Amino acid sequence: MQWEIVIGLEIHAQLSTKTKIFSGASTAFGAEPNTQADAVSIALPGVLPVLNKGAVERAIKFGLATGAHIAPRSVFARKNYFYPDLPKGYQISQMDLPVVGKGELTIHVPAVGKEQPYEKVVRLTRAHLEEDAGKSLHEDFHGMTGIDLNRAGTPLLEIVSEPDMRSAAEAIAYAKSLHTLVRWIGICDGNMQEGSFRCDVNVSVRRPGGELGTRREIKNLNSFKFMQQAIDYEVQWQIDTLENGGKIQQATVLFNPDTGETRSMRSKEEAHDYRYFPDPDLLPLEIGKEWIEQLRATMPELPRSKQLRYVNELGLSAYDAATLTASREMADFFEATLQAVPKDAKACANWIMGEVSAQLNRDNLEMPQCPITPQQLGGMLSRIVDGTISNSGAKEVFRTMWSEGGAADEIIEAKGLKQVSDAGALEAMVDEIIAANADKVAEYRSGKDKLFGFFVGLAMKASKGKANPAQMNEILKKKLAG
Amino acid sequence: MINSSLKQLSGQLAAKKISSVELTQFYLDRINKLNPELNAYITLNAETSLGQARAADARLAQGKGEALTGIPFAQKDIFCAKGWRTTCGSKMLETFVSPYDAHVISQFNNAGAVNLGKTNMDEFAMGSSNETSYFGKVKNPWNLKAVPGGSSGGTAAAVAARLCAAATGTDTGGSIRQPAALCGISGLKPTYGVVSRYGMIAFASSLDQAGPMARSAEDLALMLNVMAGFDERDSTSLQRDKEDYSRSLEQPLQGLRIGLPREFFGEGLSADVGKAVAAAIDEYKKLGATIVDISLPNSRLSIPVYYVLAPAEASSNLSRFDGVRYGHRAAEYGDLAQMYEKSRSEGFGEEVKRRIMIGTYVLSHGYYDAYYLKAQKIRRLIAQDFVEAYKHCDVIMGPTSPTTAFNLGEKGDDPVQMYLSDIYTIAVNLAGLPGMSIPCGFGANGMPVGLQIVGNYFDEARMLNVAHQYQLATDHHVRAPQGI
Repeated sequence: MQWEIVIGLEIHAQLSTKTKIFSGASTAFGAEPNTQADAVSIALPGVLPVLNKGAVERAIKFGLATGAHIAPRSVFARKNYFYPDLPKGYQISQMDLPVVGKGELTIHVPAVGKEQPYEKVVRLTRAHLEEDAGKSLHEDFHGMTGIDLNRAGTPLLEIVSEPDMRSAAEAIAYAKSLHTLVRWIGICDGNMQEGSFRCDVNVSVRRPGGELGTRREIKNLNSFKFMQQAIDYEVQWQIDTLENGGKIQQATVLFNPDTGETRSMRSKEEAHDYRYFPDPDLLPLEIGKEWIEQLRATMPELPRSKQLRYVNELGLSAYDAATLTASREMADFFEATLQAVPKDAKACANWIMGEVSAQLNRDNLEMPQCPITPQQLGGMLSRIVDGTISNSGAKEVFRTMWSEGGAADEIIEAKGLKQVSDAGALEAMVDEIIAANADKVAEYRSGKDKLFGFFVGLAMKASKGKANPAQMNEILKKKLAG
Repeated sequence: MINSSLKQLSGQLAAKKISSVELTQFYLDRINKLNPELNAYITLNAETSLGQARAADARLAQGKGEALTGIPFAQKDIFCAKGWRTTCGSKMLETFVSPYDAHVISQFNNAGAVNLGKTNMDEFAMGSSNETSYFGKVKNPWNLKAVPGGSSGGTAAAVAARLCAAATGTDTGGSIRQPAALCGISGLKPTYGVVSRYGMIAFASSLDQAGPMARSAEDLALMLNVMAGFDERDSTSLQRDKEDYSRSLEQPLQGLRIGLPREFFGEGLSADVGKAVAAAIDEYKKLGATIVDISLPNSRLSIPVYYVLAPAEASSNLSRFDGVRYGHRAAEYGDLAQMYEKSRSEGFGEEVKRRIMIGTYVLSHGYYDAYYLKAQKIRRLIAQDFVEAYKHCDVIMGPTSPTTAFNLGEKGDDPVQMYLSDIYTIAVNLAGLPGMSIPCGFGANGMPVGLQIVGNYFDEARMLNVAHQYQLATDHHVRAPQGI
């Protein structure tokens, strides 16, 4: 029997403010424990929270980027529970009135097996501001626990989706789209290893069209690979349980990357009563239209808009458009390159998605560290378009630019890569070849078409690879025909 | 000297008739003599105090003194003061030395005032008799068998016994006004948001407000000038122009409309307090005021509303006292849960535990709507009553507390009886209004009676004027306890 998978995500994006959400302590990653824990971070008696405007701005930008409702008035609430790395004994979060309301995100689900790639709109339930907790360190303390409060008070945007995903592939495509978006609009550095982008995945299964099943929440996934493994395992576990006559209990589970399994952390019965109530230390957050408009004016063109433009105006495929907008740097690189060859978007896209990406990958570099500039690449592309160099010549130009730098024209000149397009010279070459290979010519003329490649080879060799291939082909065909 | 006003002391300091060091030493000597009996102070730090006094003398010598420069004040032990042990009256913070100054403390420091010591208080400001302090009961200087009121009982006793020139208090449901009334001194709780709460250990954040306690309205005004003002470190601090709270003191009261809420003069008010308050109202009539009969119909609900909201906030505010980073931690425990349980069970007293339990309960799933949300709605109705009343009067007057100071131990077993001691003061906190108490006579047992004056939002200067004019015409506020 068939099962349908239902997935919703809660993603914690760490906002890229210099200081914490309610104090002036630094948010920089990797400092010595507790060196970024000020009086507010360690919750000394008498200290009070003061909201960081930069965190609010980032939340508003997120709302603008997802077409969401931005609440003119939202409220911070206290979520009460005891834990050693939660210094106040409560987390300041938002409950009933979040800063960002309903929005949506279009995702590209790549081809899996025989399935075609497709687009899907995922609905966003809400996004709210909250503070992160510190860290409990259980090693190196001889049976005791160390507490590092550097992270306590770091601003987070918790982004909650509707249970709209129907496969692990959709869940990952959604998480990746969101990961792209938050970096695109500059509100989160997206560093998953450092915990800047953490995913909680709610998974349930049901009979197609049936009632929603009971969900289990996989907490704190910090890589897309783990997300895939965790969902795959969890889905199979739920299906096996149900098919063996068992029931799913609502629970929070953890994924163990070493075993590839999910394991229950606490059941619903053990769930905390967080006793949410409005934080009396903070006034309701009021966001005027003016503030929103100011920020709207600073928003970059969004990936979705670029994708539509690339498809509709540049004639690229949806896949190419999605790939080129995987990051803002990639899209910027593409658009800057395109300026040199405005009519050849496809060639541009192919080079960037092909050679450039492959070479970055090999050198383990990100787009911002790319050793060649869009101007260099564009210069080379325009020499392909105008016939100055062949594709194979271009590859050599590219390799040289990558390792040694330099403009395409200089490299073409220095390496003598300019194609020979002089018809007279090419004809003379062909005449010589025909004269020297009379037997092969005869064979060719008697119907052995395959020999054409042999003549092309000779011609290219004679031209030292510089012959304009299309032109050379044409001359060869004409002359060999006799 | 012990009866000098702040203005007089300031004049003597400026004229070099006395030095701040002499004045500080004078008070330290008095404290050494009288405090063992009264227990008004929890912590003294003579060297630090005298160091501040020397600095003040140097500043005065340069002619750079301000109104409070060189004057020794006591600070309620709820304010964090750098280098000072700050206990909030609790075993939980018995050894906590603050690494930073509360806004109120730095305002006094910047003014060149001397911090004489930290005054006793009910544990975490929860109490109306100062009997919940871990550091022992405070005695009322007028009668050593009686309570000084609370929670700012140490401050009230210290001011009444002339163990400081004046002092600070905080008021969540009456904690400045009720002890001021019971100890025969003047105290002002400003409009919520006028004095920054930064560094003031939170009891119920939406109600807590710091204010001055002194021997006259004139002194209160000078202190409020230093304490009030916008502070960006407190999000509930109000951004307003700096004002001089002394500016209207001398204004005559001709035409003043005094509202008397009938709910404040009914059942539960003891006859002698009622009589003293009535006499004070008569005095105001002589000063040119007219009396308006008003009603605050929802104020009868203020005690139940307060005992839902204040414990709810407190239960959360006190969660940080978990034994992890500072404060009391149990000596032995098995696991984390036990560390929390034992540390908090040992560190908190009975009244604090009671309120944490009430607060946790009213915020719990399934009870939140019935208690917390409903209380918030009634809170708005209570505030609305005042808005209505101020359409017909300029200030509201009545008794501060239904009785004069009761005896130590008298209400110890009955928390509800204790809570009723604040029946007239709590509505003012719920509405966020400014309120004050000034001495208006003595009860049948010879103990002081307080007159409560409640003003409209930001009317502190007007209230101080109303109080000052009464104090010019009467002498209740200059009476000192016998033997002091």
